[in-house]
Amino acid sequence: MAAIFQGIGAAAALPSTEKFHSQSRRFVSARKGSLFVVRSDGRPSLGSSPRSRGAQHLITNAVAAKADASATSTASKPGHELLLFEALREGLEEEMDRDPRVCVMGEDVGHYGGSYKVTKGLATKYGDLRVLDTPIAENSFTGMGIGAAMTGLRPIIEGMNMGFLLLAFNQISNNCGMLHYTSGGQFKIPVVIRGPGGVGRQLGAEHSQRLESYFQSIPGIQMVACSTPYNAKGLMKAAIRSENPVILFEHVLLYNLKERIPDEEYVLSLEEAEMVRPGEHVTILTYSRMRYHVMQAAKTLVNKGYDPEVIDIRSLKPFDLYTIGNSVKKTHRVLIVEECMRTGGIGASLTAAITENFIDYLDAPIVCLSSQDVPTPYAGTLEEWTVVQPAQIVTAVEQLCQ
Amino acid sequence: MAPWFTRSRNIAHHVKRNMGSFLRPAPTLGDSSWSRSPACLGNSPALLWAGRLESTRAQKLVDSDSENDAHLRDDDQAIDFPGGRVMLTSEMQFIPGYPQQRVHCYRLMNNNGQTNMCSSFEQVSKEVAVKMYSDMITLQIMDTIFYEAQRQGRISFYLTSTGEEAINIASAAALSPDDIVMAQYREPGVLLWRGFTLQEFANQCFGSKADYGKGRQMPIHYGSKKYNYFTVSSPLGTQLPQAVGAAYSLKMDNKDACVVAYFGDGSTSEGDFHASLNFAAVMEAPVIFLCRNNGWAISTPTSEQFRSDGIVVKGPAYGIQSIRVDGNDALAVHNVVRAARQMAIHEQRPILVEALTYRVGHHSTSDDSTKYRPVDEVKHWEMGQNPVNRFRKWVERNGWWSEEDESQLRSSIRKQLLQAIQVAEKMEKPPLADLFSDVYDVPPSILFEQEQQLRETIKRHPQDYPSDVPV
Repeated sequence: MAAIFQGIGAAAALPSTEKFHSQSRRFVSARKGSLFVVRSDGRPSLGSSPRSRGAQHLITNAVAAKADASATSTASKPGHELLLFEALREGLEEEMDRDPRVCVMGEDVGHYGGSYKVTKGLATKYGDLRVLDTPIAENSFTGMGIGAAMTGLRPIIEGMNMGFLLLAFNQISNNCGMLHYTSGGQFKIPVVIRGPGGVGRQLGAEHSQRLESYFQSIPGIQMVACSTPYNAKGLMKAAIRSENPVILFEHVLLYNLKERIPDEEYVLSLEEAEMVRPGEHVTILTYSRMRYHVMQAAKTLVNKGYDPEVIDIRSLKPFDLYTIGNSVKKTHRVLIVEECMRTGGIGASLTAAITENFIDYLDAPIVCLSSQDVPTPYAGTLEEWTVVQPAQIVTAVEQLCQ
Repeated sequence: MAPWFTRSRNIAHHVKRNMGSFLRPAPTLGDSSWSRSPACLGNSPALLWAGRLESTRAQKLVDSDSENDAHLRDDDQAIDFPGGRVMLTSEMQFIPGYPQQRVHCYRLMNNNGQTNMCSSFEQVSKEVAVKMYSDMITLQIMDTIFYEAQRQGRISFYLTSTGEEAINIASAAALSPDDIVMAQYREPGVLLWRGFTLQEFANQCFGSKADYGKGRQMPIHYGSKKYNYFTVSSPLGTQLPQAVGAAYSLKMDNKDACVVAYFGDGSTSEGDFHASLNFAAVMEAPVIFLCRNNGWAISTPTSEQFRSDGIVVKGPAYGIQSIRVDGNDALAVHNVVRAARQMAIHEQRPILVEALTYRVGHHSTSDDSTKYRPVDEVKHWEMGQNPVNRFRKWVERNGWWSEEDESQLRSSIRKQLLQAIQVAEKMEKPPLADLFSDVYDVPPSILFEQEQQLRETIKRHPQDYPSDVPV
């Protein structure tokens, strides 16, 4: 398993077909060699102001403040720029500084710095015991993390690829999610289980798993998915501070996204969705990498005269039905865009949840765009066709809004 | 850990080896060079001089030869592969999978409770010995009565530790209260030793309101944060990697404590067992892996579980010091666990202890062992090799126990137990709110909704819901 990963490393390039048009004030793209760079500044600009979440710093209780009234001046461009994997590392490092009980364990996380360099430099700084290299036995090092958590530590367990965590399913389901409950609240398990998942660039079926579908049913765990450097750092910090076991889903192709994030400390809420682009005509719910496909489709849709509202749900378990509900009540049409398989994915659960709660507000059936129920093929073209593409999203919205 | 460590060690090795061949004294051939000088020349100084030169020349030749030879011979003898230096051999020999002689079993006390005079061991004090024996009796009686209770339908399930009382109590007696216990399910004796009361056991088995687990687990899945006994989880072997994690936590905190992980012979087939031993060895974690090899995993005998010489030989395979002990000998078990604990904590390393014993009872109340093993085999162990009787003889021989003590204790325990069962049975069950609490630290809205829905349903159909469950 490890062998395949050494070659791919952290520099996964996006194909030339994906280009973000740089018309919008908010999105500026640049092509730097083989690295695709997306810069998004979430600051409210003159005129239309999206509810910017957290240009301001937030500190206590892992709650994100909604729509800050004060607009910051963007003249001096505060904050610092970094890539998503660096943002994760920054969040991790800040938490390790803050709480000596926080530790990391996983394969090659120590001096190698992790397969995606999220833990680079941490072993030198905190020592081999706090950044622990484990032998290759996912069920066992997950179990180890659980045992350490029950004894008072706050481990972060890294799966080299989310797909390998299928081997840890027993520990995650039967113990991680369960022991707080079955022990009558005597033992708590504040672990964070994280790793890259999703469809990459020709990684083959076993390395393209969407574990959120399999894990979503386990009682006792929380699941969040990050998509930007800003929310990656915030969610990482929130997950570490949470007393519950949290699974943080990262995406193999998003590690090199660049963004300017605040210098001040901030922690996001684990149960909140992110309003990416407010709109009136249709609610598009998405998360992780699909957010970018949706935003690309949004460009096209805006040109065609539509006004989509894009929400990055971020919290996969539990769903932020408050934000989602408000959006549904406004637009009356829902499109879900996900990378999971059609059967039993996050989209399927979300469809059920929205239908149950907001059926009266829907003008049309919920449309869910997901991957087909096939193992992800290796061939590049075939792989591309299993993932929802912006063109499909545009068509779906057009049909929905008829 | 990181590959560069091994590389640097290899470099050091390499340098040392080459240096060695230069500094190595010349082989003895040089010393006998005198004998090579032609005898016919006699002993004239000139000839001696000539001979000496020759010999030194010869010496130089031999030296240069031996230099090359030494180099060759060195590579012929050992190689520095990643992982260390290995000696080479031209004899193809397979290591036998099963030893000619099985690993010996450590025992101090024979069946009559007599200890071998030559064996030296730290004596167990009267206080400890009496407590050990009393707890073994308590465990026995607890098992009998709870088993009957299950048969009467008062509890749904029970699992006895009959035949393994010595392992339970003697190992617990050798530990400190700070040591963390990760049990499988046949170790309630450890909790009993630490102070769990009969009432608390009963509460868990009946799932009453006073159960620390709030009625969420089936009987015998005890757990107590106070006594450092982690809640039992049904799947086999899951506690083993968790034990390594807990030990890692103790190691980080530099605590004077270790973790003891109990498991049966069957669990050693689980992947988690192997990975945990490996992890513990690599991480130098202070864990005692205590295997209760009782010969049976439900209906699977050990001959069908593994083909190695028991479990003790698996320790060295992972680099772990191991010992085999007679699990029915309370003194031996106590001694071994105490020594293991010292090693684990002071040397920061894992230890594997294989305690050989026999599972006298059925696997659980859902099992009838007469279906797969002969009754006289069970009888032989129950009567002839009983650990409780054996220890009793030793304690009595020391003058610390009498017949009256026995009958007094037995009737008292029995009374207490029946009382505890009555109380637990009559007690209220945990309230409905406990169905939804502790899933997370704070219940999320979706669980709150589900709780409301359930309450409404109960209100609408009260006759369909048990009356003794407070809403």
